[in-house]
Amino acid sequence: MSCTQRDIGASTNSTEAKRTDPRCNEKKCSWASYMTNSPTMIVMIGLPARGKTYMSKKLTRYLNWIGVPTKVFNLGVYRREAVRAYKSYDFFRHDNEEAMKIRKQCALVALQDVRVYLAEEGGQIAVFDATNTTRERRDLIQAFVKENGFKVFFVESVCDDPDVIAANILEVKVSSPDYPEKHRERVMEDFLKRIECYKVTYQPLDPDNYDKDLSFIKVINVGQRFLVNRVQDYIQSKIVYYLMNIHVHSHSIYLCRHGESNHNVEGRIGGDAELSPRGKKFAHALRDFIEEYELSDLKVWTSQLRRTIQTAEELSVPYEQWKILNEIDAGVCEEMTYQMIQETFPEEFALRDQDKYHYRYPGGESYQDLVQRLEPVIMELERQGNVLVICHQAVMRCLLAYFLDKGADDLPYMKCPLHTVLKLTPVAYGCKVEMFYLNVEAVNTHRDRPLGKVTRDSALIHRRNSYTPLSSYDQVKRPRLYSAGNQPWLPLAPTPSALMPERLQSQTRTGSSCLTPCVKESTLTAAKKLVAVSASE
Amino acid sequence: MRGSCRPNNPRDRTVCMTNCPTLIVTVGLPARGKTYISKKLTRYLNWIGVPTKEFNVGDYRRECLKIYKSFEFFRPDNEEGVKIRRQCAMSALNDVRQYLSVEGGQVAVFDATNTTRDRRGTIMKFAEQNGFKVFFVESVCEDPEVIAQNIVQVKLGNPDYMNCSSEEAIEDFMERIKCYETSYQPLDEDLDSDVSYIKIMDVGRRYLVNRVVDHIQSRIVYYLMNIHITPRSIYLCRHGESDLNIKGRIGGDSGLSSRGKEFAKRLRSFLEEQKIKDLKIWTSQMKRTIQTAECLGVPYEQWKSLNEIDAGVCEEMMYEEIQEHFPLEFALRDQDKYRYRYPKGESYEDLVQRLEPVIMELERQENVLVICHQAVMRCLLAYFLDKTSHELPYLKCPLHTVLKLTPVAYGCKVESVYLGVDSVNTHRDRPENVNVQRSTEDALQTVPAHH
Repeated sequence: MSCTQRDIGASTNSTEAKRTDPRCNEKKCSWASYMTNSPTMIVMIGLPARGKTYMSKKLTRYLNWIGVPTKVFNLGVYRREAVRAYKSYDFFRHDNEEAMKIRKQCALVALQDVRVYLAEEGGQIAVFDATNTTRERRDLIQAFVKENGFKVFFVESVCDDPDVIAANILEVKVSSPDYPEKHRERVMEDFLKRIECYKVTYQPLDPDNYDKDLSFIKVINVGQRFLVNRVQDYIQSKIVYYLMNIHVHSHSIYLCRHGESNHNVEGRIGGDAELSPRGKKFAHALRDFIEEYELSDLKVWTSQLRRTIQTAEELSVPYEQWKILNEIDAGVCEEMTYQMIQETFPEEFALRDQDKYHYRYPGGESYQDLVQRLEPVIMELERQGNVLVICHQAVMRCLLAYFLDKGADDLPYMKCPLHTVLKLTPVAYGCKVEMFYLNVEAVNTHRDRPLGKVTRDSALIHRRNSYTPLSSYDQVKRPRLYSAGNQPWLPLAPTPSALMPERLQSQTRTGSSCLTPCVKESTLTAAKKLVAVSASE
Repeated sequence: MRGSCRPNNPRDRTVCMTNCPTLIVTVGLPARGKTYISKKLTRYLNWIGVPTKEFNVGDYRRECLKIYKSFEFFRPDNEEGVKIRRQCAMSALNDVRQYLSVEGGQVAVFDATNTTRDRRGTIMKFAEQNGFKVFFVESVCEDPEVIAQNIVQVKLGNPDYMNCSSEEAIEDFMERIKCYETSYQPLDEDLDSDVSYIKIMDVGRRYLVNRVVDHIQSRIVYYLMNIHITPRSIYLCRHGESDLNIKGRIGGDSGLSSRGKEFAKRLRSFLEEQKIKDLKIWTSQMKRTIQTAECLGVPYEQWKSLNEIDAGVCEEMMYEEIQEHFPLEFALRDQDKYRYRYPKGESYEDLVQRLEPVIMELERQENVLVICHQAVMRCLLAYFLDKTSHELPYLKCPLHTVLKLTPVAYGCKVESVYLGVDSVNTHRDRPENVNVQRSTEDALQTVPAHH
């Protein structure tokens, strides 16, 4: 179904069409996004306070980070739109006919928005966050999905541990817009009664009979047990893997860069230099920091470059080295200063500023490549307890973007100064960030977004990426899928030289106007603000 | 620069995924695919660098009994049989302990029926005493067709049934299964709620996963959820001969030579002849594989992870030039070709890590043709044919030859099809002298001919 849509997108050559059809800007899409075929609707199922919204938001953040455009549609939001003032749990009684009508209406409106997102706005996954506890409602959704040619995958959260449920209610429901007054007992009481309303009509997924042909995962007791049925494709298997690796235990992740290195002092990028004297001081300060905060069971991870290893050495604790935490490979620009790059490769320098996220250094990597490379680190961070990751500027930006839900536009400009530790603590639906500057001076390696940069639609600079190949011009419009990293070359219009594959001529249009939109909701609820400074620009 | 955790043993250089060793225990009636899963899992874990070994209790029993008479041995009321089987299980567990505690293994797969709670309890106690973690893998299947297929594919060729006809063997085996059925206690959601396990139902249609406690278990679960037994074939080949190949240069990003283009055409004819159902084609993001795929006239996917090994400072050099400019590096590479990393480049070990998602996706897919490169093809082949890290870098992957891999029984059938187009040879064997002081002549002893 989506193949046809993609063909339609690819066959029109005008820039106008390109601008409005985001899906056709294939070279920007990550490999993960290309392993999905038809758009998929993920449907949450479960009584209130079972962690559906928590999982929806987290999953959406993860999928967007790996490059699959995903959006959450929370039915509660629609309901609050329709019924301005929430009075009490009576609204949710199953014999309250008028309320039932309103709730069904909300569901239909939400489904329409889902359809628009998946079919017209270039979304690939829509997460439908509601209780969906009755077969009737699920049948309605399935009919909708079939009508539109989407795939559907159910995620049911089942929990009978009263402590977990109570903690859940306290953490997220008490601050919900439904309960402007904060009398905890009253909130708790009303909410528990709300849950009872749903219990009356709750029909859990039945894997043995009624629902045996559906694709779903049943998450039992916050991940203690899982039942997985009929996984259809790659993206569903990734979703299952992710859901099986996340947990709700409280833990903190500490991110910092290596201590200042000799290359940093000289203004050189990349390379494998050792720590400068100030860098060594930072390593000592880091050790004191860890001791002071009495971080028990802290795991320490570094890359396989000298500067992070030297930093970890000072801590006198066991640490693990990950090659995939190595800094972004700057290819031919390795070990140059920005000035040297500007002098030697002025074109490349300009291109990078146009689209820092997708730009790939010749013979090197792009931020987009980095994200793909770092995915196992993220998965493992989700599984772990307290971890300190000593890494590099670009790497840290990618990791931070995952936790703080920053998109491709902001990621490459996030501020990650030397000698500063960021503490990330999951809280409610988002992440609390605390910044600790360890009082050891260092150079500033941050390069801001250039002012007055060339707007993307007028980019006429043809970019040649010398280490990616040039395929011959595609005479017939075929759906071509690019599984990993940037698509090397896709002309907007055929040029004569492109018809002769022998020639080394190539044009890669960069900075095109139609970036696939990553439409995501903010993961920070309005009520909870960030403590201290956010790390983004 | 060696930190307290700097792994000295090259085996540990990959991410430390396990703290204490893990004992994987299969559970299930006969002919439910336990040995298939054990062997496949063992192969996968070894390939990604986790030392793993399987211990099949049936093998121990065959050692002990020498001659298998009939299913009567397995009757629950056959006291002598029960005693011998228990002894064999104990003997296998001892070897497990030896492997995990003494020989440095990280995962042991204990492959037996383990159908009673009692037996599983014994194993768990054993694991606790020795500081191993336990993870059960249960296979449940009631589809008679699947079971029959299983028996035909792997049981008939089993040493137990060497001297019987097929009908006799099948009959006896069905009786054998019955012996287990009465005492079978499957893993139970309530009674076994504290145990870590995955229950695979109906060959992967459904899974029940309970209490995954660490990284290695979550990787195992992910792997098991992605494999299938639908018959299919995987075709591996390299790009057509490239211009740099002709010059004897490694790496780079050149286009096809005229012979390479000829190969691409022949590849197209070959595929058309084979009439492969729903064939997917994958290439790397380098010119030579893309140009090869272009000639096939069908859609294909490009994977960056399939790019050739990065030779860093040695990119586009001839072996003679490497010897001239970097004789030390050249010798070090010959000493340990699997782990050796080109300066500013990669090692085979890095390649394997890079290729893991490709392997995972190959497992999910059905018919696939992968057009890749020499080092990459060696890594993929080593996974399918269970080659060690010593053998891997010297596997022969000549140009213009397609390897067809078809999973069969517990392994993989390989058919090699040379498409009849001449090409240079790019295979360099390990020379005799790998000493860093060696002469140029010794170093270049095995370099293949080129223009």
